[in-house]
Amino acid sequence: MAAQKSNTALEIAKIRNFSIISHVDHGKSTLSDRILEITGAVDARQMRAQYLDSMDIERERGITIKAQNVRVSFEGHTLHLIDTPGHVDFGYEVSRSLAACEGAVLLVDASQGIQAQTLANCYQALENDLEIVACMNKIDLPAADPARCAAEIENVLGIPADQVLSISAKTGEGVPELLRAIIERVPAPEGDPDAPLQALIFDSSFDQYRGVISSVRVMNGTLRSDEKVRFMQANKTHEIEEIGARTPTPVPLPAIGPGEVGYLIAGIKTVGDARSGETVTTATGGATEALTGYRDPKPMVFCGLYPIDGDDLPDMRDALDKLKLNDASVTFEPESSHALGFGFRCGFLGLLHMEIVKERLEREFNLDLIATAPSVVYHAYLTDGSMQVIDNPVELPESTKLDHIDEPMLSITILSPSDYTGTIMDLCQSRRAEMTKMEYLSPERVELVYAIPLAEVVMDFFDALKSRTKGYASLDYEPTDYQTSQLVRVDILINHTPVDAFSTIVHRSSAEYYGRRMAERLKELIPQQMFEVPIQAAIGGRVIARETVRARRKDVLAKCYGGDITRKRKLLEKQKEGKKRMKNLGRVEVPQEAFVAALKLED
Amino acid sequence: MSHDAEAYGVYLHVPFCRQRCDYCAFVTYTNRDQDIDAYVDGVLRELDEQDRPATSVFFGGGTPSMLPAHVMERLIAAIAVHPGAEITMEVNPEDVTEDYLHAVHDAGITRVSVGIQSTAPHVLKSLGRIHRAEGARELAELIDGVGFSSWSMDLILGTVGERDEDVRETLATVLDHDAAPPHLSAYLLTPERATPLGKDPLRHPSEETLADRYLLLNQELERRHYGWYEISNFSRDGHECRHNQLYWAQGDYLGVGPGAHGHLRGRRSWRIANLDTWLERSARHEDTEAGCEIVEEASARFERAALMLRTRVGVPAAWLADADELSEFVSITGDRAILTPQGRLMADEIARRLEPTS
Repeated sequence: MAAQKSNTALEIAKIRNFSIISHVDHGKSTLSDRILEITGAVDARQMRAQYLDSMDIERERGITIKAQNVRVSFEGHTLHLIDTPGHVDFGYEVSRSLAACEGAVLLVDASQGIQAQTLANCYQALENDLEIVACMNKIDLPAADPARCAAEIENVLGIPADQVLSISAKTGEGVPELLRAIIERVPAPEGDPDAPLQALIFDSSFDQYRGVISSVRVMNGTLRSDEKVRFMQANKTHEIEEIGARTPTPVPLPAIGPGEVGYLIAGIKTVGDARSGETVTTATGGATEALTGYRDPKPMVFCGLYPIDGDDLPDMRDALDKLKLNDASVTFEPESSHALGFGFRCGFLGLLHMEIVKERLEREFNLDLIATAPSVVYHAYLTDGSMQVIDNPVELPESTKLDHIDEPMLSITILSPSDYTGTIMDLCQSRRAEMTKMEYLSPERVELVYAIPLAEVVMDFFDALKSRTKGYASLDYEPTDYQTSQLVRVDILINHTPVDAFSTIVHRSSAEYYGRRMAERLKELIPQQMFEVPIQAAIGGRVIARETVRARRKDVLAKCYGGDITRKRKLLEKQKEGKKRMKNLGRVEVPQEAFVAALKLED
Repeated sequence: MSHDAEAYGVYLHVPFCRQRCDYCAFVTYTNRDQDIDAYVDGVLRELDEQDRPATSVFFGGGTPSMLPAHVMERLIAAIAVHPGAEITMEVNPEDVTEDYLHAVHDAGITRVSVGIQSTAPHVLKSLGRIHRAEGARELAELIDGVGFSSWSMDLILGTVGERDEDVRETLATVLDHDAAPPHLSAYLLTPERATPLGKDPLRHPSEETLADRYLLLNQELERRHYGWYEISNFSRDGHECRHNQLYWAQGDYLGVGPGAHGHLRGRRSWRIANLDTWLERSARHEDTEAGCEIVEEASARFERAALMLRTRVGVPAAWLADADELSEFVSITGDRAILTPQGRLMADEIARRLEPTS
């Protein structure tokens, strides 16, 4: 890194910027580790498996949530490895990361072949005009079938089989050759060092000591450590505190030139102020046009999150504030539910994102949370011609005021061994999906594309697909548009009082199933009362399912004489105390645990 | 119910039985006749704690009628009583002989309570009782002829295998004749954890069965003009058990014998329940109290309300916030809320809703 101590930027022709795109578990993180080791960036002794994945959950789930990027040197060249998030929920972050590159290594597990995300990410890379360097991993495994895999890559992606490299990220075999291929095939970045500054932020993370640390790619001009910068989309000016490169240890630099990738610290307190896609320019004499492609990521899935212990509410708010510093895509606002007390309505990029956020809140902030059933964002058109955006079923206007409801649609791509075609088609049909494409990638592998309501995918679609295909099918999805559907809100009423936490918007055809199941479940969970308690599922005023918790007939101790009084009083006092902790719904006393159990079973 | 400041009771626990009934969780022992003398000595020592004459005395068990008449005589003589005091003893049917009854009556017993439980043989068998079903009426005539001021029979309802018909027949046998007891206690069978019955869930009565039997009982007794005055107690006018009413009014009473509880102005205490330990300590003239509690004001208030609720006195309606929603369970008479038969079945739940203000 000696050359970088001068005030001059790197020689642009010697820079290569690339990311690795692959399906989950195809070995991206292992390859990153190996590259760090082979280029000497990280001492083999210090090598921590999956060096770039810094969050515990990432390590455990084997997925990358927050992108990292790193600068290494190899055979006279400077390589910037841009690590992209590996899950569909973070598609936008992937697209920004790809925008910082000129090339992409397409990594395919030689034993599994092309998977849905491989394809999706590869198409995305091609759309970004990236040079694809295709490469098969895990060739050391007995199950590897490089010849078949290479043929598949050629068939599906049009990359000649003889250009597909073979590596073992685990042993390092073939990795130096891969790095040489990157230098050879991926074009050097272009950019005018004298033009006004245009730098792309493609990732931001929060550090409790330094504030927000953003990853930037300079497109034109030069980012200097002694300048004031303006964030064009946020239209905010910041004083630069430090710029530099991660090697992966952060090395401060006086300047970052065109084509280079580095980090930027500018006293920013929340990642929401340094979003992916933001264009950085100089505060004075800056660029007049921002880089294209900026998008404010919109949450697609919502749910209510409630602390199981109401006393944890202040801690939960604090935790969400802190989480938001690091994850701008989470939204939350206070919400109260009769059944669950006070909590927050939270928005997420997708289901995995929701799970990760919930898990982080519980683990990192020591909270015990319950989530209501996830909901998507509906567009409710009223008879007066107006439209309301509904992310909480409770807010849906009554049916007499409703003209129709539109729901968000996805295009899903499923890649699977062709043996499972039938069962996948059954599943999709049961989820209101319509096939738009079916193509055999090879005699053994089929690609199925469906238009499907997001709400159907949110309801454990992925798990159902995995179990029907023994885990062999892969799924990728992309939001498309909104479509009008026969949607209704099903309310669950306990003793004629609606329980907000269980209201849900479903397609008319599954309303009865949901209602019946929920009523049956609550019947088991609600303790018997003095009165008979009807549990009903209803659409508007129409009851579609009913169960009854029969009244208790006897709750009295027959004998109460001199020796019984102390025991009797203590028992009654304890039970009376327990009554106070119950939720009161239409005169029915329900322990919160019953609601929690009903929602948990819904998972 | 009397709130007479003078009211003071003595409860004397007799921890001996010929055979243990399989639903019974009381402190009692079998085959310990040899310890009766030492037991009596201990009881006499504890009776020294009595600080004023008793208005009521109750010999409960166990089986008090296992004590020979001369022993009863000695014990009664050792208890200071007000003139006209109610002195009750529990007797088992198999102990009832004309001689014994006359002897205890002569010794001062004014009231007996006989546990017949049922007149249906299959019910008695299921309960593990040793007395015979026949002769309940002869038994009543015998007791009636002795000249006690009052007497009572105990019944148990809800035994598995019992039918509504069994309850009707038992009541008819026991009550429909001139020598009928003026007082009746009827208990819904309660499987206590530590008993053989408690450990046999197949023999546990359902809530439905118990509730149906109880409502039937209330109906049958009302028809025969037995007035309800506490969850499990019914009587002809003036035949209420004063000693038990003392308990329900938070009155003071001395508890004597193993496991007996006492109450003195907000201090509730209980004796060592293990017969051997009790005998040992007693022989060494050591304190036989096992524990006590000073009931705090708020608890005492709630306790009083919960006890009152179980009786025909009821509670001030204002203590029951949602009284108007509970019309099936309480009837409002004047400013008092009094349990209906359905309410008596749910008395614990209603007690939990009480917010006594005084």
